[in-house]
Amino acid sequence: MKGIERKRIDISTKGIQPIWTLVTVIVAFLLIASVFLYFDGFSSEDSDSLVLYSGRSRELIENLIEDFEDETGIEVEVKYGSSAEMASLILEEGEDSPSDVFYTKDPAGIGAVQPRLAELPDDIVEKVPEELRSTDNDWVGASARARVVSYNTDAVDEDELPDSLWGFADEEWEGRVSWAPPNGSFQSMVTAMRSLWGEEETEEWLKAIDDNDPIDHYSSNTPQVQDVGAGEVDAAMVNHYYLHRLKEEHGEDFPVANYYPRDGGPGSMMMVSGLGRLNTAENEENADEFIDYLISEEGQEYFTSETFEHPVRQDLDLDTPEEVPDLDEIDYPEVPMEDMDDLEGTQDMLRDLGLIG
Amino acid sequence: MRLEKFAIREKLERVPLPVWILGLAVVVAFTIPIVYLVVRALEAGTETWELVFRIRTLKTMGRTLALVVAAPLLSLTIALPLAILTTRTNLPFRKTWSVLTVLPLVLPSYLYAFVLISSFRSDGLLGFLRYDIYGFPGALLCITAVSYPYLLLPMRASLKGMDFSLEEASKSLGHGHLSTFRKVTLPLLRPAIASGSLLIALYALRDFGAISLMGYETFTWIIYSNYQMPFGGRMVAAGLSLILLLVALSLLFMETKTRSKARYHSSSEGSSEPDLIELGRWRWPAFLFCGFIVSAFLIFPMVVLGYWVVRGISAGQSLQMYWGAAFNSLFASGLAALTVVLAAIPIALLTTRFSGKLSKLIEKSTYIGFALPGVVIALALVIVFVGTPLYQTIFVLIFGYMILFLPLAVGSIRTSLLQINPTVEEVSRSLGKSAGETIGSITLPLSKYGILAGGTLVFLVTMKELQATLLLGPLNFETLATSIWHTTSEAFFARAAIAALPLVLLSSVPMMILLIFWHRRGNYERISGSL
Repeated sequence: MKGIERKRIDISTKGIQPIWTLVTVIVAFLLIASVFLYFDGFSSEDSDSLVLYSGRSRELIENLIEDFEDETGIEVEVKYGSSAEMASLILEEGEDSPSDVFYTKDPAGIGAVQPRLAELPDDIVEKVPEELRSTDNDWVGASARARVVSYNTDAVDEDELPDSLWGFADEEWEGRVSWAPPNGSFQSMVTAMRSLWGEEETEEWLKAIDDNDPIDHYSSNTPQVQDVGAGEVDAAMVNHYYLHRLKEEHGEDFPVANYYPRDGGPGSMMMVSGLGRLNTAENEENADEFIDYLISEEGQEYFTSETFEHPVRQDLDLDTPEEVPDLDEIDYPEVPMEDMDDLEGTQDMLRDLGLIG
Repeated sequence: MRLEKFAIREKLERVPLPVWILGLAVVVAFTIPIVYLVVRALEAGTETWELVFRIRTLKTMGRTLALVVAAPLLSLTIALPLAILTTRTNLPFRKTWSVLTVLPLVLPSYLYAFVLISSFRSDGLLGFLRYDIYGFPGALLCITAVSYPYLLLPMRASLKGMDFSLEEASKSLGHGHLSTFRKVTLPLLRPAIASGSLLIALYALRDFGAISLMGYETFTWIIYSNYQMPFGGRMVAAGLSLILLLVALSLLFMETKTRSKARYHSSSEGSSEPDLIELGRWRWPAFLFCGFIVSAFLIFPMVVLGYWVVRGISAGQSLQMYWGAAFNSLFASGLAALTVVLAAIPIALLTTRFSGKLSKLIEKSTYIGFALPGVVIALALVIVFVGTPLYQTIFVLIFGYMILFLPLAVGSIRTSLLQINPTVEEVSRSLGKSAGETIGSITLPLSKYGILAGGTLVFLVTMKELQATLLLGPLNFETLATSIWHTTSEAFFARAAIAALPLVLLSSVPMMILLIFWHRRGNYERISGSL
């Protein structure tokens, strides 16, 4: 038996006194505990801080937040995720939620937490045009974005592209089109469709495209546009600004262009990102300051120059980047803001069709 | 008879109270996710259950089971030849192949997903093949690529440690190699194959990173999907989790059944070496096979990583190094290793020194974490801790890690504890030392290798951990794992590679430690249990 032969049996009392072992263990536990607490515990109760739950990706708004921090000295702690996930978390956390501000990609996301939003001060709300904010003055849009079809310019001529999104259900587009049903912006588009086309037609469209073998292993927009550039996908239903950001990254000969469907339907609808303060916020003033910053000249300039989005403020003299068409050049549909709130209905429809969940 | 009773009573007194308290405290903590699930499920109305039990769920179950069955099978076709070649033949460079074929354990499954996705795109290294890697093929490959060592290690151990006299007897009776293999060796390998396969099956069941990137929707995916939906989605997620739990528990049940049959003693009584099979002409195909496996699962991922790093730099992209994420990974993993090991020691002591019903129950309950996917545990912990100052601190994250990975540490420490000759402790007791003193001065120092290995193992797996980290991490907390996943899902491959490189490098160190430890101690058998 190996055990006895090989081990030196040491039972001298000069070994570690067991009481010390116990003490060491306790001390270790205490040390660990204090590190835990120190590491993150109470910092959000500082007066110069802010907790932001963001449905927009870190890539897009990191620098904006840094600019805000530099300007105001307020430290921002951010939790990133999808708009729906963040909404879900806020609702789950309930009154004890540490978040002060909720920043979503689209109206539906912020609509989901409507009961938890606080009314914003008039001087903030009035800066934003009525059609780009909540009817109850509890959230504002920070930037506007269009739905588009990003397509591969090597494989597709613009003339070939159908007038409306319905065209992509045709045989000739089989297996060439991508979409991302779990994505917040897509769901907002579907919400708008339900308002513009009605429930039945929207459902039929969803089924028609789904039957046409779409490329659907995506949850977000960026990889779709990347894959359009790589030739994996011919046409992707995404938001307009990804193209411009990727062109910056890959260079001007990135073979992708944006198409705004000619029929002016939901394929080219305008969506605002949503920004609101939670009624359970601890840092109310800082929250308002953040919201104000995003709709101030500096914030709006960030959107036009860094993320290629449209500003919501019409009164400021801001240049839309040249690559991006001006708002008045885009034929987008009018969708009443109150219709844009119903994320639940959209998710139910998508879930029933087996497109999500 | 009387002596036996005396011995048992000694054992009972051996375990001091603090150990009991700690052990029970750990167990109570583990029941939290289950309680949460049940409460949530009970809250659910009929609508929720209607959503849970529908055709789509059935299809998802089908997809999940397909992966759960296929991954071990594919792993077996890789691991069995490798095990035989490296332990029973005269294959040149056996030792090198032994190490190289186990190293893929370092890679997380989603990293391999990144490798596959970025290579099979038309502008990638394998783009000329024009093959759509998404879906089942991709998911299967990812899981197999990084889990086959879980079969390989126990099989090698078994092949090395089995009683060769049985095979010698068979050969002396006239059976050739093949026949002996079929009739003697293979049946002796059954426990190793069973435990390794079930382990891989469990991993396939719980994986999130790879299947999500590959677009292959298994149960973890629909749970996560529903979790994200603000309107009743969480209850559906809870319902689905219960189903997943049932499947996982059945797998676990099967796994513990096979474990009990595994031999604990590591090597045979005799010191005879087995007859090595002369490969002769077959040397070259064998060589090629080993080379192919190592190339596909170790060299190829490294090459792809390197390619994307170089491509990113030469394209002049602004590549920020993931220093913050690396620090977070190291910090969280280090802390996790420390705490999990400290929590595991009482459990391991209880289950080896006092094998009563209660301690068996304690040990079994720690396996709950193994059965539940990260998202469910994360969900439960959010509920429990929201509103407390501990919410969104690293404490909750470490706690989540503990629930997920405690069995790994317990298994490893148990192995060492079991190898200690009980006589040693009994002598100490008979010399007047209390149970506590004995544990402190004899037992623990003698099991230090098991403790070290347990800690290293926990460090390794928490470095790779994705789902719980995504959901439970404090604000602004990114690890290398979450960075790789985020960047890959946005198709920023160069950045993913930059985050992946430090992960691989930092994981290699504990991996080397573990390999040395296992090689020295020779206790491969318990690896499947401790992994």
